[in-house]
Amino acid sequence: MGKIVKVLKVISSLALFVAIWELIVLTGRYEPSLLPSPVKVLEGMGELVKDGTLITHFKVSLSRFITGYAMAVITGISLGLVLGYNKKVWEFVEPVVQLLRPVSPIAWFPFIVLWFGIGDVPAIIIIFIAGFFPTLLSTVSGVRKVDPVYLNVANNFGIRQPHLLFKIILPAAFPMIANGLHIALGTAWVFLVAGEMVGAQSGLGYLIIDSRNSLRSDLVLAGIIFIGISGLVLDRLIKLLEGYIERQWGVSDGRRN
Amino acid sequence: MYISIEKVSKAFTLKDKSALTVLDKVDLYIKEWEFICLLGPSGCGKSTLLNLIAGFDTPSTGTIKIDGDTVTQPSIDRIVIFQNYGLLPWRNVIKNVELGLEAKKLKRKKRRQIAEEYIQLVGLSDYKKHHPPQLSGGMQQRVALARALAVEPKILLMDEPFGALDAMTRMHMQDEIERIWQEKKKTIIFVTHDIEEAVFLADRIVIMTPSPGRVKTIIEVPLPRKRDRTSLDFLKIKDKVFTEFNGSVNNFVYGSF
Ligand SMILES: Nc1ncnc2c1ncn2[C@@H]1O[C@H](COP(=O)(O)OP(=O)(O)O)[C@@H](O)[C@H]1O
Ligand SMILES: [Mg+2]
Repeated sequence: MGKIVKVLKVISSLALFVAIWELIVLTGRYEPSLLPSPVKVLEGMGELVKDGTLITHFKVSLSRFITGYAMAVITGISLGLVLGYNKKVWEFVEPVVQLLRPVSPIAWFPFIVLWFGIGDVPAIIIIFIAGFFPTLLSTVSGVRKVDPVYLNVANNFGIRQPHLLFKIILPAAFPMIANGLHIALGTAWVFLVAGEMVGAQSGLGYLIIDSRNSLRSDLVLAGIIFIGISGLVLDRLIKLLEGYIERQWGVSDGRRN
Repeated sequence: MYISIEKVSKAFTLKDKSALTVLDKVDLYIKEWEFICLLGPSGCGKSTLLNLIAGFDTPSTGTIKIDGDTVTQPSIDRIVIFQNYGLLPWRNVIKNVELGLEAKKLKRKKRRQIAEEYIQLVGLSDYKKHHPPQLSGGMQQRVALARALAVEPKILLMDEPFGALDAMTRMHMQDEIERIWQEKKKTIIFVTHDIEEAVFLADRIVIMTPSPGRVKTIIEVPLPRKRDRTSLDFLKIKDKVFTEFNGSVNNFVYGSF
């Protein structure tokens, strides 16, 4: 029951959105090149799917995304574990991190191009920067919030490094790290497109720029919709993963006493 | 293993740099296989003393010796059981019990076998795959007990282990710990503020006074086991402890002797 209602709500919300859009187009005050109609965009989407353009660009984007995101996750978590565990070092490093964190990854673009040229690398680096900070910060704070009782228990049972890290600290901090990974995923996806718009010759971001250059605003919107959908799917996937982890951690089951 | 606590004092430095003396020249000698209950009002330094014996902290002055060796760090020979159990929520029951065995270089199969044996000892064989949050407080305390016993420590240090349990479960756990103590021959130091619990369990009850924590009296409980909580002898000793204990509380409240 609840599920059907939920689906109906989603459908009616989208339908209303499209209806308003169509209505604005029908008033005829905007040129089709400025605001293409939903039908036109749908046709555009069909065109992109059929001639394989979409899948080609999507594959390129996804592989850049996975590379950059994986790099961010690996370095963010490893550094976060070390920095979270060494209070003194973290106090020293934190000001720099806090200074760099609010800088949009795109701001680094001039340097990125100078250092890494063009092609896949700039987009990957931008995704990396976007994903790195949320991962690092959530790992550091996850490690620092590990219940000291766990550390006493480990100490009592003679568990030393590196086992302490892998058996106690990492799993104890993991729910918080997973949360950071979720945030990092969203941020990184946003900047993937931005990165591809400024420095790439392929990918979903490039698809939008390319469509604009050929004055196909219907394809621009089609591209935007695809980006939204894939971002949403990625988000749902990581939510599933989070749910699975929570069950493994035994935290989401009904608590007793 | 005997425990010899010799003129142990402990002071903490507070935030405003003043010193708070929590334990003042505590002298106590505990024989092998003895069941000692530490009884005292909250804040009199029972946990502090237990932490010192465990080796999580060191005395400001005085020494604690076990079989003649000064305690300087935690050891797998004396395991602490915390009031909030200190179980790892991301591990199921059997993996929790295996934790201490992992630091000993045992084969996986052997580990599992020992863990199962101790889970059976505490009567949780049907809950091996459960995660701690799925278990009641009493069951979690049993897991903590099995985990401690599995590494075959000589000494068990229990800090108000049954404090969070309801009265029925609590009595049941008291029976259980007595049975295990007799079967496994451990030296047990058991912190409580429940007089009946102390009289039921202890060979000797150490009554402490607060601010700073001192040993006030030591009362022997020469009753045979298993003790009848309603027998006249039991009630007499309970009364005696009550008078002593209250004396120490009143001294605390009125600040007089
Ligand atoms: N690490 C610490 N720093 C400062 N004060 C502490 C610390 N640990 C305990 N105390 C103080 O020492 C006193 C005794 O504490 P505790 O040993 O926990 O008492 P009990 O277990 O008997 O209730 C309390 O007043 C507590 O505030
Ligand atoms: Mg205490």
